[in-house]
Amino acid sequence: MSTTGIGAAVRRKEDLRFITGKGQYTDDVIRPGETRAMFVRSPHAHAKIGGIDVSEARKMPGVVDVLTGKDFANDKIGNLICGWMIHSKDGSPMKMAPHPALAAEKICHVGDVVAVVIAATQAQGRDAAEKVKVDYELLPAVVDPAEAKSGPQIHDVAPKNTIYEWSLGDAKAVDAAFAAAKHVTRLHIVNNRLIANAVEPRVALAEYDAGTDQLTLWNTTQNPHVSRLVISAFVGMAPEHKLRVIAPDVGGGFGSKIFIYPEEVVCLWAARKVGRPVKWTADRSESFITDAHGRDHVTHAELALDANGKFLAMRVKTIANLGAYMSTFSSSVPTYLYATLLSGQYDIPQIYCEVDAVYTNTVPVDAYRGAGRPEATFVVERLVEVAARQLEIDPADLRRRNFIKTFPHQTPVIMAYDAGDYNASLKKALETADVKGFNKRKRDAARNGKLRGLGYSTYIEACGIAPSQAVGSLGCGVGLWESAEVRVNPTGSVEVLTGTHAHGQGHETTFAQLVSERLGIPFENISVVHGDTDKVQFGMGTYGSRSGAVGMSAIVKALDKIEAKAKKVAAHMLEAAEGDIVFKDGKFTVAGTDKSAAWGDVALNAYIAHKFAGQELEPGLKETSFYDPTNFTFPAGCHICEVEVDRDTGKTEIVSWTAVDDFGTIINPMIVEGQVHGGIAQGIGQALLESAIYDKDGQLVTGSLMDYSMPHAHDLPSFKVGLTETKAPSNPLGIKGCGEAGAIASPAAVINAITDAIGTEDLSMPATAQAVWSALMRAQPSHAA
Amino acid sequence: MPAVSMTVNGKAVAGDVEARTLLVQFLRENLRLTGTHVGCDTSQCGACVVHIDGIAAKSCTTLALQCEGAKVTTIEGLAEANGPLHPMQEAFREHHALQCGFCTPGMIMAALDIVRRRGNDLDEHTIREQLDGNICRCTGYHNIVKAIAAGAKAMAKGGARQAAE
Repeated sequence: MSTTGIGAAVRRKEDLRFITGKGQYTDDVIRPGETRAMFVRSPHAHAKIGGIDVSEARKMPGVVDVLTGKDFANDKIGNLICGWMIHSKDGSPMKMAPHPALAAEKICHVGDVVAVVIAATQAQGRDAAEKVKVDYELLPAVVDPAEAKSGPQIHDVAPKNTIYEWSLGDAKAVDAAFAAAKHVTRLHIVNNRLIANAVEPRVALAEYDAGTDQLTLWNTTQNPHVSRLVISAFVGMAPEHKLRVIAPDVGGGFGSKIFIYPEEVVCLWAARKVGRPVKWTADRSESFITDAHGRDHVTHAELALDANGKFLAMRVKTIANLGAYMSTFSSSVPTYLYATLLSGQYDIPQIYCEVDAVYTNTVPVDAYRGAGRPEATFVVERLVEVAARQLEIDPADLRRRNFIKTFPHQTPVIMAYDAGDYNASLKKALETADVKGFNKRKRDAARNGKLRGLGYSTYIEACGIAPSQAVGSLGCGVGLWESAEVRVNPTGSVEVLTGTHAHGQGHETTFAQLVSERLGIPFENISVVHGDTDKVQFGMGTYGSRSGAVGMSAIVKALDKIEAKAKKVAAHMLEAAEGDIVFKDGKFTVAGTDKSAAWGDVALNAYIAHKFAGQELEPGLKETSFYDPTNFTFPAGCHICEVEVDRDTGKTEIVSWTAVDDFGTIINPMIVEGQVHGGIAQGIGQALLESAIYDKDGQLVTGSLMDYSMPHAHDLPSFKVGLTETKAPSNPLGIKGCGEAGAIASPAAVINAITDAIGTEDLSMPATAQAVWSALMRAQPSHAA
Repeated sequence: MPAVSMTVNGKAVAGDVEARTLLVQFLRENLRLTGTHVGCDTSQCGACVVHIDGIAAKSCTTLALQCEGAKVTTIEGLAEANGPLHPMQEAFREHHALQCGFCTPGMIMAALDIVRRRGNDLDEHTIREQLDGNICRCTGYHNIVKAIAAGAKAMAKGGARQAAE
């Protein structure tokens, strides 16, 4: 392994601009003549829009224009869409309600947009927005997904607010297995609604060039080409070749910056109307009521076991709250990204899962780090842990009895796991966490009046999204391949143009490591280009832990083509047969001789083209690959959480965290660990702190960082992170991906640990001090002071 | 509009601002120093931390006019142009204490203030407690804690500019 190749903990190239304050995030971009957009948002959860009076607002200082939903509708702009078709059990398609970017007839959630002020400064926009008078005819609202079907109907197309009633698996076979079971474990589980809160708020900056009839959008997006496609083909804002989307540095996404939102559409429309660039920068409390939320499932789950603790079947019924409108990928998250992981690491012969997705008067819900897999892992790992307790079997032992041991393994829920060794990660985690010493630590803690608990989460997930035909057959409207162009310059330096995008993952470093090792050229001589639809060929963006498995595989395929062509050039230069050329460590050699040509000379010759006839071999050295993966990848591992609960306050301290993950091939262990740390932190946030709470009138009570509890440094421990490795058979590098695993594994480990400590399962997330204390009181009333 | 003048990163600057203009807006929009970031509207996230007369402050909760005559240091002022990086900046890179980079300027400025108040020998518990005013969503803080401890030690070895007085 070289110091800058695959497997090296290379320090990041991108850091220089970030640590010196020279990053270029979307709000840092300033266009001449720029105006600022300030949105007028509904303060009500459900209402018809009567009149909107903008006359006073228009007269305010600095105001360029004030535009409403009616103006928007008059210009016949298309609606926002959900791009993944899901069918109900009865074969009917999902009920996708119209979602105009600016509401004209009615609003469906607090934060829904009804008008936009375009002003010279943000302050002037804010002042004018306050003068916009909107007549609302209030309608009753419904916010609880469990009550949605009997609540007031929100959209004409969806009776009982039901979007779809979907299922996966063989219900009859599952019923039969349950009937024959020796033991059944049942749980009611709420997966709490979360808000991504990337520290950079969303921004959209739109500019129209009337001379070229060209629209440009700078946007905090994880996938500029997908945004461009949706905004041109579906929303109809401009033909695709007349729309450029640029994602500069993006300050975190976690899924929330995948989707196509109203604000960027309105900014594009307004920019053309007012003839000046229009920039919108979200306030944080604005983000709370417009950025897609995550999770929000209510689930009833059952696990059937035989007398030896062998899993026979699982039955799951989930209600998924998708919010007021269907966001871009929303339909897939509680279906094909959720139910397909219910087998966990276990050999479970039969699984049946029903999911009802509903509308409520809340912010739309879509993918958030893990997207469906944290929800699935929580269900599985809570069932397993509780079953172990009910059967008085050691939780590690119960897992071992049921682990899948041979591969490939076809689960009853579509996924076919191709490689793994779940015993290896469990074993290493048990050692690292010193589980043997736990009982003594528990006794010592009890002497100090503290309750210690241990919780496991042996998770698996499916990522490296995704094989196009497979997801197409499941209703996805796009393919999920990835693209790469490797451009060798005449002077031998290399640019890699990737259709992925980085918002913290370090691609400028890791992709360069891959190329450096493969071509034997210095790491410094390689640039990675992404995030601009004018520069880079179509790509699907970054989410679903796909940039390594899919994005890097595309680079490998392009490098294969580069090597093949470079060998042809070298053959001409060295007057040898192409088949005799060997390429190693940046040098082309004629086999069995000392005749060689260096990389730099070959690159130059490819472009000078003096040594070969253009009819035999085209000049240039630039190759593209569009790589379609053959399968999902299946990272898996074991997390062990040890907690200490204060009996008097209910406060939980995480005293130790062990994570042992199998990500297949690792490009940069430092970056992989960072991804695991960040994922665990978000999972602990879900388990202990975070919850997006609505009151019954649809007001978002947790409407800012004052009330929505984000994890701070003092809420978290340091993490012990280790690896095992079984390479992914489905891509040339053997990479599985690591971006979401921490967030997928961790909530179950935390709740398993706390419930172990307090001796009751009657605990929901977030397990705040009050929630834990209340659970203790309910379980052991004799402990009341 | 009232006028305001101050020193930012060693340079005298002036501008006309509305009374309600925040220091972070003055820095980003008037001076085009976009290294200081806005991440929230309730003073929780810390992406806006700068130093005012040598002490860390949240520039989102400070009016530009409050800084009349003050010496302000932003992330852009830590290292000399074309000079070496500040040891705390180096420590953040060395220990992978940033991913998306958005919280990083405020995090580094806050870290320097921890050193000012608590010295160069910082333990994990102290650092975690002292970071109460800074939110990172990417790193889980594990590497930030390591970086701050290392940066504090490196600062003790001298040879680098401390935060401006």
